[in-house]
Amino acid sequence: MMSLDKFTPAWVKRIGLVTVLGLFVAGIVFWGGFNWALESTNKESFCISCHEMEENVFREYQNTVHYTNRTGVRATCPDCHVPKEWGPKMIRKIQASNEVLHKILGTIDTPEKFNAKRGQLAQNEWRRMKANDSQECRNCHRYDYMDYTEQGNRAAKQHPQAFTEGKTCIDCHKGIAHQLPAIDQHIGKQNDGAVAISHGEKPAEAAKEEEKPAAK
Amino acid sequence: MRLITALALAAGMLLGGVGGVSAQELRVNEIGIESIEGNSKVDMFRPEKDQATIPRNFQKQPPLIPHSIKGYNITQNFNKCMDCHSKERADETGATKVAKSHYLDREDKKQANISPRRYFCMQCHVPQFDAKPLVANTYKPATKKGE
Repeated sequence: MMSLDKFTPAWVKRIGLVTVLGLFVAGIVFWGGFNWALESTNKESFCISCHEMEENVFREYQNTVHYTNRTGVRATCPDCHVPKEWGPKMIRKIQASNEVLHKILGTIDTPEKFNAKRGQLAQNEWRRMKANDSQECRNCHRYDYMDYTEQGNRAAKQHPQAFTEGKTCIDCHKGIAHQLPAIDQHIGKQNDGAVAISHGEKPAEAAKEEEKPAAK
Repeated sequence: MRLITALALAAGMLLGGVGGVSAQELRVNEIGIESIEGNSKVDMFRPEKDQATIPRNFQKQPPLIPHSIKGYNITQNFNKCMDCHSKERADETGATKVAKSHYLDREDKKQANISPRRYFCMQCHVPQFDAKPLVANTYKPATKKGE
């Protein structure tokens, strides 16, 4: 024991070797547990364990290219809705506690309530994606690696043009994974005064002010 | 207005596949009614890819759609076609503008916006396909005035 004593730092002697080892193990358990909890709340199965998600947005999503497609590569809920980087991920996770509150309050617990809120929910997500330059899209879809010759006529024309104008994915690709809320497209009176969709020419905030409940 | 809403809803469901039914599932709508189509493959076609425009066959034929319309839904909430083809958007997107006739209501009065009766684009405009006639025929379009 003498030889080991010589190499043991003073602070270890003060609190005891067993305590130090205990703290070390507790650290592993805590950090591992934290990450495990984080990962298990970052799975599609977790998202759709709430019927609000399973019956509305998840079912709509099943008709889209990000769920079913030729090669079977697919995106799950967190791929688009939770940032991959640690910092932004933590911020989003903390913000999600508000979603837990509204789950308890039953804010969107029927399809009618969900559709009444759809405009607001969509705009929240559009604003988030606009602010981070559609980072979650770009985790897979990188402008620099796009082969325009493989794209359709319209995509090959629009993409370079939009990138030059400094637009981001969400400016044009709204409603590709879920149904859109009522949008005022100036056709008849049906959606008069509903959400005005922005294509990047005006900030998302301006569109938000025009929002009015479209439920009739 | 209520009739229009009801019609819009019904047609929106037909066109848009509202309710998110996956291809294999039996079609049952929100109130539990089974579709009379059963598990038909009516919407399990592969949309045509973008291609050069096929000329029209006769005068006043509604122009064909020369591009893929995969996933383009027309619902009560949103008309995907009008996202590019409306007069507000056409300049930016380079799409063909909706014709003036679409602004007339059924009394032929000009409206400021597209007439709701023109809402369902695919009632008249369909994706083009170079289909060979099923039965041989000698159809020729009427000549234009002066030809």
